[in-house]
Amino acid sequence: MSTPTEIREKPSFLSTGILILGALYCLFPVIWVVAAASKSSDELFSTFTFAPSVHLWNNIVELTAYRDGVFWRWMLNTALYAGVGALLSTWVSALSGYVLAKYDFPGKNGVFKVLLMGVLVPGVILAIPQYLMLAQLGLTNTYWSVLLPQIISPYGIYLARIYAAASVPGDVIEAARTEGAKDMYIFNRIALPMMLPGLVTIFLFQFVAIWNNFMLPYIMLGDDTLFPLTVGLNGLLNQGATAPALYTLVLAGALLSIIPLVIMFLFLQRYWRVDLAAGAVKA
Amino acid sequence: MRSSFRAGAAAMMAAAALLTAGCSTGSGTSTVEQNTDPNQKVELTYWAWAPNLDKVVDIWNEKNPNIHVTVNKQDGGDPAITKLLTAVNAGSGAPDLIQAEYQKIPTLVAADALADLSGTDAKDTKEAFPEAVWNSVTLGGDALYAVPQDTGPMAFYYRADIFERLGLAVPTTWDEYAAAAKTVHDADPEAYLGTFSSNDAGWFTGLAQQAGASWWAIDGDAWSVKIAEDPTEKVAGYWGGLVEQGIIDNKPMYTPEWNAALNNGKQVGWLSAAWAPGVLSGNAGATAGKWKVAPMPQWDSAKPATGNWGGSSTAVTSQSKNVAAASKFASWLNTDPEAVKALVDVAGIYPADTEGAKTALTKAPEFFSNQPDFYDVVGEAAQSVTSFSYGPNVNVAYNAYNDQFAKAAQAKTKSAFLDAVAGMQQVTVDDLKKTGFTVK
Repeated sequence: MSTPTEIREKPSFLSTGILILGALYCLFPVIWVVAAASKSSDELFSTFTFAPSVHLWNNIVELTAYRDGVFWRWMLNTALYAGVGALLSTWVSALSGYVLAKYDFPGKNGVFKVLLMGVLVPGVILAIPQYLMLAQLGLTNTYWSVLLPQIISPYGIYLARIYAAASVPGDVIEAARTEGAKDMYIFNRIALPMMLPGLVTIFLFQFVAIWNNFMLPYIMLGDDTLFPLTVGLNGLLNQGATAPALYTLVLAGALLSIIPLVIMFLFLQRYWRVDLAAGAVKA
Repeated sequence: MRSSFRAGAAAMMAAAALLTAGCSTGSGTSTVEQNTDPNQKVELTYWAWAPNLDKVVDIWNEKNPNIHVTVNKQDGGDPAITKLLTAVNAGSGAPDLIQAEYQKIPTLVAADALADLSGTDAKDTKEAFPEAVWNSVTLGGDALYAVPQDTGPMAFYYRADIFERLGLAVPTTWDEYAAAAKTVHDADPEAYLGTFSSNDAGWFTGLAQQAGASWWAIDGDAWSVKIAEDPTEKVAGYWGGLVEQGIIDNKPMYTPEWNAALNNGKQVGWLSAAWAPGVLSGNAGATAGKWKVAPMPQWDSAKPATGNWGGSSTAVTSQSKNVAAASKFASWLNTDPEAVKALVDVAGIYPADTEGAKTALTKAPEFFSNQPDFYDVVGEAAQSVTSFSYGPNVNVAYNAYNDQFAKAAQAKTKSAFLDAVAGMQQVTVDDLKKTGFTVK
């Protein structure tokens, strides 16, 4: 992308220094996790904090042995909750945002205002009401109890409305209608691809939010084979006073659990850049 | 916040009741319809957190094809009970069986979360358990709310190697404990004989229990709270004095710092319970063979007593459709010799069943291989556990303990410790009144 004609400035030591400090600040916990995950339980509390050791593989083997590999089940569960949940949520957000941006119907502003209020309500405080509702349907302690509540994301709908308004021209919809296309067809085949760069952002937001979500699955699930990583690892740490906390397993698990997120960000980062660039051109 | 949540849940349930009233068949709302056909295949779910409990349950499932039990591993006592109470409020989602700590039983009974087992086989297990333990599952009445599983008689764990180096004798009274604490701290200013933990209300309850406290009592319908009374004040004053002198640490247990101190010999002793070997081997594995266990230091050496820290029971929830089958399983799990042996071997608990404990606990745990008579010491302690009654708001009293004693441990004065006891009493009584219990 960069061209030789670009204006080159002398690097500023001050701003570079601040950025390096910021990067160190962000990487510090990660370095700590890597170092700590490589220690045996005896070393964990006795050797220097950032001194790595050689027991990482042992810890991973032990973690895999814990309850016949339930950790890897948690990993798959999290991937399911975050992957399927974020996909469904993105599609629902896109549809709702598109409708709010492109259709006129009575009560539209009211609906949008309620959604805006929803953006302000943290998801955590909805977990208990959601539990009570799903209990009425007998769905608690199932995959559905974690998937369903996370499909609706007011923030995602809000973003999708803005993207739809900016990237789907009304003329295109009109033209498709005159050709006899049904509304759903127009959305899925014409509007959705036009909104795609924006939807990647919504998908990433939702994916990370669900991947890190703790409260909802913690309240909904009683069976540890359904747990996502967050709840499962927390459980390893809080075994009660009568059992030792499994620090080394938790640390190895924490390290393994950030790897998929890091990989995904490295891959999807370029879409994010495309998205920003595309937005700038279209506006 | 808790009470407003309860009110919200109640309103929600009332609304749900109105909605479903139209199609209800008029059967009682408080009891779940029971499955009575003995030959029908029954599926039971069991929320428990004891490690490897599913392996013990496998033995049952192999022998009882008609009553299949599935263990759902939980995160520990508090989260499991909170979830159960939420499920009971919501009207569905509770398991058939739950591992419930003794101090949680009154709370669960007050919330109508447990089934009464006095009409089932479980009542015949009475003889298997010490009386003090049985009282905590009957709450002193005719009903039976759970079958006892494990207990945590308290004992004194110490680093034998360090004691030997300092020429210390094992303290048998609390005065001797204080003197030993001073010797240890004088010899190494960074080392302590123990710590006063403002995070572990159960631990302090055990210490107060040893001194003769029993924090709740019920008379007819009226509850009384007896925290701010002589035994508890004596214990709090004693520890406040040690902390004020600086010869006992004031940091909480179960922190990374505390683990480090266990590893490097800066915590020379630990007042803990029968399950301590598991924690020590997990958190300070390299110190194996250096620890020993002794009876608790005593207030009155003529009347040896100890408290209880931890321990739990197997209860059947009020949402279970198979109370009889669940009760049968709970009785087997906690009194059948094979099951108790398995509980000891793979789940690592200290069984409440007196005979079972005697036959299953013969060899000292590996971590204490240097002390072959480990279970003789602990077994004797188990016999001297004094009676203690819990009330319906133990969680509130325990939270009050954390709040009040965290302040006291920071203030490091004896008077602050005594104020903390008074504060606990006040908060606990106020909460009982606010929740609508009659308080004497």
